[in-house]
Amino acid sequence: MSDLQSPAAPAGRADDEAPGPATAAADEPTPTGRRTLLPGSTLLRHLLVLAVAAVGAVVLLEITDPFTNSQLATLSYYAIAAGGLTVLTGMNGQISLGHGALMAVGAYTTALFLSAEEPLPLPLILLAAVVVATAVGALVGVAAARLHGPYLAGATLALAVGLPGLAIYFHDLLGGEQGLRVRAPRAPEAFDSFISAVSGNAASNTKWLAYLGAICLLITYFLLANLVHSRIGRTWRAVRDQEVAAELAGIDLGLWRVLAFTVSAAAAGLAGGVLALVVRLAAPSGFTLVLSLSLLTAIVIGGLGSLLGALLGSALLVFLPPFVTDLGSDWGLNDTEAAQLAPFVYGVVLVVVMIFAPAGVVGTVRRRWLTRRATRSAAGPSGG
Amino acid sequence: MQYFVNVTLTGLTEGMVYAAFALALVLIWRSTRIVNFAQGSMAAATTFIALALIQDGQSYWVALVVALASGFVLGAVVERVVIRPVEGGPELNAVIVTLGLFVAIQAGIAIVFGSSFQSFGTPFGLQGFQVGDDRIALTPNSVFVIVSVLLTMALLVVLFRFTRVGLAMRASAFGQEVARLLGVRVGRMLTLGWALAAVVGSLAGLLIAGGEFVYPAYMDSLIVFGFVAAVLGGLDSPVGAIVGGLVLGLALSYVSGYVERGSALVNVAALAILMVVLLVRPGGLFASSTARRA
Repeated sequence: MSDLQSPAAPAGRADDEAPGPATAAADEPTPTGRRTLLPGSTLLRHLLVLAVAAVGAVVLLEITDPFTNSQLATLSYYAIAAGGLTVLTGMNGQISLGHGALMAVGAYTTALFLSAEEPLPLPLILLAAVVVATAVGALVGVAAARLHGPYLAGATLALAVGLPGLAIYFHDLLGGEQGLRVRAPRAPEAFDSFISAVSGNAASNTKWLAYLGAICLLITYFLLANLVHSRIGRTWRAVRDQEVAAELAGIDLGLWRVLAFTVSAAAAGLAGGVLALVVRLAAPSGFTLVLSLSLLTAIVIGGLGSLLGALLGSALLVFLPPFVTDLGSDWGLNDTEAAQLAPFVYGVVLVVVMIFAPAGVVGTVRRRWLTRRATRSAAGPSGG
Repeated sequence: MQYFVNVTLTGLTEGMVYAAFALALVLIWRSTRIVNFAQGSMAAATTFIALALIQDGQSYWVALVVALASGFVLGAVVERVVIRPVEGGPELNAVIVTLGLFVAIQAGIAIVFGSSFQSFGTPFGLQGFQVGDDRIALTPNSVFVIVSVLLTMALLVVLFRFTRVGLAMRASAFGQEVARLLGVRVGRMLTLGWALAAVVGSLAGLLIAGGEFVYPAYMDSLIVFGFVAAVLGGLDSPVGAIVGGLVLGLALSYVSGYVERGSALVNVAALAILMVVLLVRPGGLFASSTARRA
């Protein structure tokens, strides 16, 4: 009766409360008698975190060099997609290997809208990318809601392998193998004056894209964090952990699964839009199976079910490859061989994490922390 | 008419390979309730071993035997080292582990053998047979493909039906506890199951490579096709895997042969077929009604 098992059971233990970025500690319900400086309302707390993170992002982008700026732009679209996947896989227990394909939907939408004679304002274009990806996601979600485990994995795998073929088939519209070039719009003047007011640095296009990515990332994580802390998030976890009980409580399992898939597809669509702007290209070669599997790697390593984990995992995706590739070159591998070292490490890490620490980095750390706190205040049950 | 015959023959030949690959997935699913997404990478690894031997001057047959043998070892090692800890655990963990293997092995191949396209020879010709005035799309190589898949299936039937080891393997897959009580070394049987599946998968990899170019990711579509074929047949039924493989082979061949620029649509068609089957008959065409819940 594997239907009854929670697919993410070991990870789920420590994940009952999923944190927004950087709120892992603050999220635990405060035991009576313990004082905290953070506001009690979830929304206010997340707004506070958002403000701090926004300041942090500006500082980070201003003190780093242009190359790191572009790496951070890359990080932003990985993290947006991984955040969406966290909602789906971590919160709702549905695995998806097709999120790369949903990113492709967002990227192609963005590229098409930007290629118009008089392109719409950028926020509207990104919104369109989200809407189209959401529609595709809802469609896939309806099919996916009836599947579980390996069946779902296989179906979404087919999505990842199959969908880029459409870009080749409709090559007049979508540019075939070459794909569509993306004309990234210039930064608005307000941005230039903002940058020179803040740091006195000159605003480059790279920096503008990095800021754009950071803004999208912050908005996405703010919305997702609030969502997973709301009734909706709790219902998703109930569907994941206690399928039968949830159904008995009057929850329509299928509907909630479709909703999770849709929300997650929306994030993937936005990620695809940002990707198209940063890479300046939407082509089938950008949305390989490896992309979808990398996103899965990010959320598994970070810790299934935690947005902070998704962010950490995405950072690993961005900053690990150059490091590993250099290491490979030092060992005497040639360039193409060294480039393959990163996926090799991802694969091995994925296996090792699943065997030895299925809760991922954040989950494992949090579990340690909870255990320590529980032993310290042994007088009564704490931490929920 | 002749075009139709040729498209059908191509579909049947490719369908046989999909069937073999699906059979490998079904063997593992029956024994451990895991879909081995690393199957494609494992098969690619053994194909590259064979390629290295052929380039070294060995004959195709030596390379074939060595590749199948290394598939056997690889399957056994994979089950013992990385699958054993997640067996019987949450589904998601097993899925993620096989995906991790998939990525790691594929990248490993690229590191060891390089990621360029290399042509893979065939033991038999790729020139179609002459029938009357026409050349048909049945080549000596496709006869070799069909015969070797049929032979493998026959050997598996003999193994499972008529030998003690086969009986023990079926018992382990059917009810681990009972089998263990009756003195079956269940762990050993599961390892053997993975090893045999890897041999069948390796054979499929070698057959699909014949006369084509190989590169580390050349099996990516095949894992999807194999999965679709296995699901068509119900994932639990070896006969279903074979029928599913043939049906899929024909369907994809017709899409590629009759739709304009259809070759770009083959992967999409596989996706569409999978979606339709899963929506209409989630248990597949041959599965018993309880199979998906077990």
